[in-house]
Amino acid sequence: MTNQILQGILLGGYYAVIACGLSFMFSVMRIINLAHGSLAVAGAYLIFVLSEKASLPLPVCFIIAVAVMAVVGWLLQRFILDRSARGGQLLPILSTFGLAMVIDNSLFEQFGADTRSLAGAIGDLSWASWELPGGLYVGKLPVLIFATAVVMLAGLQVMLNHTTLGRAIRATAEDPDTAGLMGIDAGKVNAAAAAIAMVTVTVAGMFLGMRATFEPYSGAPQLLFAFEAAVIGGAGSLWGTLIGGIVLGIAQTMGASVHPLGFLIAGHAVFLIILLARLFLPDLASLPARLIKRGGAA
Amino acid sequence: MNILEVEDLTARHGLLEAVRGLSFNVRKGEVLALVGANGAGKTTLLRTLAGAHPVTSGHIRLKGEDVTASPSHKRVAAGIALVPEGRRMFASMTVAENLKLGAMAGRRGDWTIDRILEIFPNLQKRIHHKTGHLSGGEQQATAIGRALMSNPEILILDEVSLGLSPLIVDRVYASLDGLMKSGTTIILVEQDLSRAMAVADRLICMLEGRSVLEGKASELTRDAVTEAYFGLRKSARKEGVL
Repeated sequence: MTNQILQGILLGGYYAVIACGLSFMFSVMRIINLAHGSLAVAGAYLIFVLSEKASLPLPVCFIIAVAVMAVVGWLLQRFILDRSARGGQLLPILSTFGLAMVIDNSLFEQFGADTRSLAGAIGDLSWASWELPGGLYVGKLPVLIFATAVVMLAGLQVMLNHTTLGRAIRATAEDPDTAGLMGIDAGKVNAAAAAIAMVTVTVAGMFLGMRATFEPYSGAPQLLFAFEAAVIGGAGSLWGTLIGGIVLGIAQTMGASVHPLGFLIAGHAVFLIILLARLFLPDLASLPARLIKRGGAA
Repeated sequence: MNILEVEDLTARHGLLEAVRGLSFNVRKGEVLALVGANGAGKTTLLRTLAGAHPVTSGHIRLKGEDVTASPSHKRVAAGIALVPEGRRMFASMTVAENLKLGAMAGRRGDWTIDRILEIFPNLQKRIHHKTGHLSGGEQQATAIGRALMSNPEILILDEVSLGLSPLIVDRVYASLDGLMKSGTTIILVEQDLSRAMAVADRLICMLEGRSVLEGKASELTRDAVTEAYFGLRKSARKEGVL
């Protein structure tokens, strides 16, 4: 039981990594990016190609991939999301849905149906573990992923609270019209935010490739987990995605210990329960958030 | 010297023409007051000047340069700052953060947070409070301070007295007094006619999107403005314009 909870928490770190970009884009631009999972897989393929075909060391591959994906995010906002957002709220969602299909099928055309992994590039990190007192084992990679999630969320929070760009992003998210009156170019700010989101997506893609295998159509399940973690944690809240990820991770590992199929079923069940609770008992569902707020204010 | 020239300006809300072929000039250092009933097009006009509302036709020239098509963030950089109606604070941010946002356009000048606190001492204690928790007067002071932080050449004030008690309004205008005397060009909308006539050099009275009366504040009588305000002379003009 303790082991399942521990593994679930660590798994939640991965879900937080993949969910935070989705949540960030939603809270800043009010766009639900359905291509989020596919972009993560595309990032994983990019690192895979650089590592396997160009034989570059993994950190170099990662840095190149982050830079490329940040540019992709910028262009994505400027040429697709910004333009489609002018056509109403539904259009960006449909555009990202279409984009997801384009990415998935382009990857399939290029790389075929073979499953790939980055495990080969990280040596024994993919299976090494630490022994904890009480006979518990934690994998080094899951711990690294969890620590990255915390650092990344803290980094985003510091950026939003204490930098000029962060203030501009928050102002644009709160009231784009008035932000313009402050001299803020909402288009540029949103493009920068999309670039930042794509950086987190690349990190998620890399971890996906390190901890498991991926193939061209791996994007959809990743999107689903990211979506569930973001909604459980309260869409648009950064630290909420970590809590959401952990709740989802624990539900899945507990479910898996009951029955092999329980992994996915328990995750979806918890997501649905929390979603329905949010819809029908909004007071009850927001209670933890209000308690945190009161504690913070006191 | 004209710092701002507005020529035959028309702006719409959908099918409604809120500003209809309006023309006027503003000289450097002048305080221009716009008066008129609700729905006369004052706020739309100010938002159009700030680039926050699209122009249907006509021209806006700032220091001789046509800025009609430039978006709001570029107008701020060019020196036009609007204090919007209803203050429009970023409620989740502190006073200091709101003021820092005002400086985003990166215009050089003397305005700093310290100087804002000098003219609005009531903000001193509130500087690290979220603006959502401030009183109306404190929010208005923050809104004006935020606009000043962009070191504007033209400050546009849209109903700064809206929703404030008379005492607070006095205080806000007392703070603005130094600014008006310092040579900053100001365009303001004010519902209180006697106050508008007291602070402004020149007055434009708007009715249904047009200017119906324009003149030096010292030369206009209250009766003449009231008459124009309610459109009592409208019948005489009607044939020509409708």
